[in-house]
Amino acid sequence: MKKLLALLLAMSMLMALAACGQKDPDPAPSKDPAPAETQDPAPAGDGQSDPAPAPTEGATEITAWIYPVGGWSTEANVKPLIDAFTAETGIKVNLEWLAYADGDDKVNTAITAKSAPDLIMEGPERLVANWGASGYMVDLSDMIDDTDKAEINPAALAACTSPDGKIYQYPMFITAHCMGINLDAFKAAGADQYLDLENHTWTTENFIKAVDALYAEYGSTVGAVYCKGQGGDQGTRALINNMYGGTFANAEHTAYTWDDPKNVQALEQLKGMDGIAFDASLEGGDEIALFYQGILKMAFCWNIAQQLDPNTAGTGAGKTMNGEEIVCMNFPSEDGSAKLQGGIWGLGIFDNGDQARIDAAKQFVKYFCDSEHAAEAAKISNFFSARSAAEGTDLSTIFDDNPIMMDYNKVILPNLGDYYQVTTGWAQARTSWWNTLQKIGNGEDVAASLAAGTAEANGAA
Amino acid sequence: MKGVLNLAKQSNATMSRALQRRENISGYLFMLPSLIFFAGFVIIPMVICILTSLTDANMRDTSMLGNFIGLSNFAKLFQDKDFKQALWNTIVIVVVSVPTVCAFSLWVASAIYKLKGPVLSAFRCIFYLPVVTGSVAVVVVWKWMYNNYYGIFNYVLKGVGIIDKNINWLGDPKFALWCIILILFTTSVGQPIVLYVSALGNVDQTLVEAAQVDGATNFQVFWRVKWAQMMPTTLYILVITTINSFQCFALIQLLTSGGSNTNTVMYHIYFTAFKLTEQAGHFGYANAMGVVLALFIGALSAVQFKLAKEK
Amino acid sequence: MKIQNGSSRAYRIFSIVVLVILAFLFLFPLYWIVTGAFKNGADINNPQPVWFPTEWVSTNFEKLFAKRSAPLFSVGDAIVGPTVPAAIRWLVNTVFMSVMAMLLTCLTAAMAGYSLAKKRFAGRGIMFSLIVCAMALPKQVILIPLLKEMAALDLYGTLWAVIFPTVGWPFGVFLMKQFAEGIPGEILEATRIDGASELKTFTTVVMPMIKPGIGALAIFTFINSWNDYFMQLVMLDKNEIYTISLGIATLQSETTVDTGLLMAGAALASVPIIIVFLVFQKYFTQGITMGAVKG
Repeated sequence: MKKLLALLLAMSMLMALAACGQKDPDPAPSKDPAPAETQDPAPAGDGQSDPAPAPTEGATEITAWIYPVGGWSTEANVKPLIDAFTAETGIKVNLEWLAYADGDDKVNTAITAKSAPDLIMEGPERLVANWGASGYMVDLSDMIDDTDKAEINPAALAACTSPDGKIYQYPMFITAHCMGINLDAFKAAGADQYLDLENHTWTTENFIKAVDALYAEYGSTVGAVYCKGQGGDQGTRALINNMYGGTFANAEHTAYTWDDPKNVQALEQLKGMDGIAFDASLEGGDEIALFYQGILKMAFCWNIAQQLDPNTAGTGAGKTMNGEEIVCMNFPSEDGSAKLQGGIWGLGIFDNGDQARIDAAKQFVKYFCDSEHAAEAAKISNFFSARSAAEGTDLSTIFDDNPIMMDYNKVILPNLGDYYQVTTGWAQARTSWWNTLQKIGNGEDVAASLAAGTAEANGAA
Repeated sequence: MKGVLNLAKQSNATMSRALQRRENISGYLFMLPSLIFFAGFVIIPMVICILTSLTDANMRDTSMLGNFIGLSNFAKLFQDKDFKQALWNTIVIVVVSVPTVCAFSLWVASAIYKLKGPVLSAFRCIFYLPVVTGSVAVVVVWKWMYNNYYGIFNYVLKGVGIIDKNINWLGDPKFALWCIILILFTTSVGQPIVLYVSALGNVDQTLVEAAQVDGATNFQVFWRVKWAQMMPTTLYILVITTINSFQCFALIQLLTSGGSNTNTVMYHIYFTAFKLTEQAGHFGYANAMGVVLALFIGALSAVQFKLAKEK
Repeated sequence: MKIQNGSSRAYRIFSIVVLVILAFLFLFPLYWIVTGAFKNGADINNPQPVWFPTEWVSTNFEKLFAKRSAPLFSVGDAIVGPTVPAAIRWLVNTVFMSVMAMLLTCLTAAMAGYSLAKKRFAGRGIMFSLIVCAMALPKQVILIPLLKEMAALDLYGTLWAVIFPTVGWPFGVFLMKQFAEGIPGEILEATRIDGASELKTFTTVVMPMIKPGIGALAIFTFINSWNDYFMQLVMLDKNEIYTISLGIATLQSETTVDTGLLMAGAALASVPIIIVFLVFQKYFTQGITMGAVKG
């Protein structure tokens, strides 16, 4: 009997040991010890990072979760900036990257487990309309004074402000989502005549002609209305809304309006085109991959960061893997003037009930959004800064040496449309959207499916 | 106490009360370590799941339980088209994959069990490989092979002339669920084949010979003698294959995200809990789905176990 | 079986041919992973499948390793290993998780199985029914309560949150009970009369007799734990405690899909465990078989 007890005791000790071996419950796990990190060869161009930040007494550790926003998705880009921040402030930052496919699930899981990160980088549809509205986020209004208000793009700031006037996201970068086309393929099919390459615009009529010409040339799908999930769905929304001037949500952002007859018309049109496939096996990322491979001749999930990103085959920016030229285009519309979907990214702070960590997170926000470091932060993102200047540093000229960026600034960015992603019930709306597209792709009636999907989305709004 | 006495009688030992107490204590102590885990990480969560399925709990609530709303989650479930579809798909997966896995592995085993040692083990290994490859690795490579535009399936089938247009395997509701069942199938047959091979090898040869002397055909020998002797193996295989069929979450999440008519209850619970967080009472609702699924599985296990007992 | 006539012979030839074809089909995904991992960008992205790499390159692995970094191991804040590519850390985590789950499961299940089979304690019947009913229960059912429980125990975000539910899964107890039933009562009785303690009986008599069963359970638990993607997805929130499955799944959901990178990850995830399998192949099949004959 005694021995049995001893065994049990041993068992419980093993358990205790196990418990000790676990990560400390603090949000700041045992990772990223500065000394170990510095053994890493520092990426080139990182002149300012001091190898061994002096460990400040009582130094805070914070966790930042980053959605793959442009160049911020690459550890090698971000790490030097974060190291510099740590060196200057003594605050350790644990970085994690999320994916668009399941990032929301991860954050929601973490919130449920009361382990939300301190900082998060994403757009207002999540930070303001979802987590902010649910009361998980810290109001950042006290960080934005009148000077800041004058410097920050007013549309971006408006999108980051909740209906009751709280700012849950400090805007950092803005862009307009556009399309990409494979210019060499267009030329081969004689479809380049339908493009206004100077203004990067085209009409819906010309879009249809171009797709037909491409289909005649290649005999296979040239563009995919991808609907496997919510990833990259801004592209399908923009395409369908722009074709005949339909809307996705009303101007007050209180209800969804995709049962708009103009959207029905657009979807009927797309449905009837041989070169366009409704593809429920693709998400935005898959579409881009196919576009890079030269299989699809146009991508609806495109933006400037992708235009600037040398693809996986390393053929260089603005090129497919076969070296064909990629041109970014506005979405086609009846009169050729598109209303583009905006991308507004920035930082939000989760309220984990620990003032020290909130303060540290605010320091982080200040450092990257409202100081001279904002220039570098915007530069690595490959997006434009959401403000003209920060604490005396001019941010409007950071891409002056980059002709692609300047071109984009002239022909794409001015067409930024309404930022309706902050309509309530956004998560449900996105789910309903791809489900609706799948149904339409499977041959269900367009108007009825759209009506049902809209009703479902509005049910949650 | 009566049960205890019965048990005591069954074990046909004339235990004194003290002996029985000793038996109780040692029995419980041996159970204890396992029980801590079982109770802590299966039973208690299950009880909480049942309780919260009667509430409108959601993510925003800091407390574990929301407001009591009776059975309305369950009422809502059976109006919910998505859930009914998910339940139907779950049933299809189990009903299709369990018998096919059993039949296929029995056939493979009967074809290879007489082969020479190294050949036999080569075959066994090959069929077992997908099991050890790991679910996510398997998923990523199959996703590539199924690809609509540059996948190997479309390429080969088109080359052979079976199809003349690319099939969107994972994007077409006519095919997607079957594609997933096929992957599940390849990762499920390994173990049953190994089991059947050894079961066939252990069949009592004297009985086989006796049957043959009596003029039984090969088929009769197989069915009457060998199959009967392999019954325990078959039941074990049924149990593990059923368990396996319910572990298809990774396939659904990574291949289709529940679209193209491949949603299952397992995925739908996760989706409702952590994607549709704006829906009122979504935690309670997800838990109600869990309860329905648990009832379904509990019934299935009970039936299988009954069969096993009769054997 | 004697070859009695022509039709039976034809059937045998037919079945061997079919088997060989099937074997190739079963091997193909693995072949595709390994070759894909070493193909260059042009081969990977060629819409026409490239059956054999035109050149073997390691760029996919280089990209995979350059992606994220993490310390090789860490215990608390004090002991931290050297920085390595995160993929290596994921492997370390996966091995740790699977081995821990295996050890804990075998130990607890062997004790409980023996108790259920041989001890006539009160409530035994109910216990066994519970175990049988819970055996096939997918973890999604208890997803939300389990997550909250792990958060309350401060285990969320650690590998233990994945290990403990695996140990709690009662299949092992069921299996061990089937084995322990084969132990003759007389032997136990004899040991008792000899004055051996309960613990001694267990370690010297019971354990050796159910060893094959423990082997079977060990293999089963190890593979199950290795493949248990769902719990990993829900419970693990940091790159440095990711498992290899979770790591690859993350790569898959990134903005631009890079098939070569994915195959490199898949190769890294599968090849080590396949090597282990091939080395211990005999024990694997033996263990599994033992499980069935008894079960």
